[in-house]
Amino acid sequence: MPVLHIVNKSPYDRNSLDTCLRLARADAAILLIEDGIYAAQKNAAASDKVQHALGKHPIYALQPDLQARGINPDNMIEGISLVDYDGFVKLTTEYDKLQSWL
Amino acid sequence: MASKRFLYINRKAPHGTVYALESLEVVLIGAAFEQDVSLAFIDDGVYQLMRNQDTTAIGSKNFSPTYKALGDYDVSKIYVEQESLETRGLSKDDLMPLTYEDEDDDWAEKDSIHIVSGAELAEIIEQQDVILNF
Repeated sequence: MPVLHIVNKSPYDRNSLDTCLRLARADAAILLIEDGIYAAQKNAAASDKVQHALGKHPIYALQPDLQARGINPDNMIEGISLVDYDGFVKLTTEYDKLQSWL
Repeated sequence: MASKRFLYINRKAPHGTVYALESLEVVLIGAAFEQDVSLAFIDDGVYQLMRNQDTTAIGSKNFSPTYKALGDYDVSKIYVEQESLETRGLSKDDLMPLTYEDEDDDWAEKDSIHIVSGAELAEIIEQQDVILNF
């Protein structure tokens, strides 16, 4: 029963991403939205753990939230996939469970 | 009335909560009272000054261009903590340019943003009369 984990908090403000990464099982995917997208920035303090997680899970980031926050896709960690709102909806239909780490 | 030194400390990312917008509004209102105003951006607050923010697709108000008006309100001391930028993989080039015209120097256009260390910021905090946190 694969789970889609959704993280909407900055990794520098809350520990939502850490808990998500700790509890996500091998078949899970992770979607970064809202302030969660700050975890997608490369060369940052959280980059190593995100990079490591990419070896185990597909990681997606919501493009409109990156655009709103001025994060250039060129400065994103390689391997993270951008999705738009349609892609977000599609992901929610592809996984059996959704877990939002509020 | 003698003017007081006001410091607004901003530590929240811009669009996930309303803190950044509220702070900016208070700063602009407060600027009308001709006090000595400084702004500090620490932790996720540094994200408020990112260039090229475009909220069209998330349907919320894009208040980021408003920071560029601060110079016209005589708010020209904007301190950004170096350590907070580094933690987030950012540098001054990732921030929008903010300037003011110096009336004591033939209205020369000058940079309002000062990248400072935590130690320097601690000293700035100590010099204030009033500190407001957002």
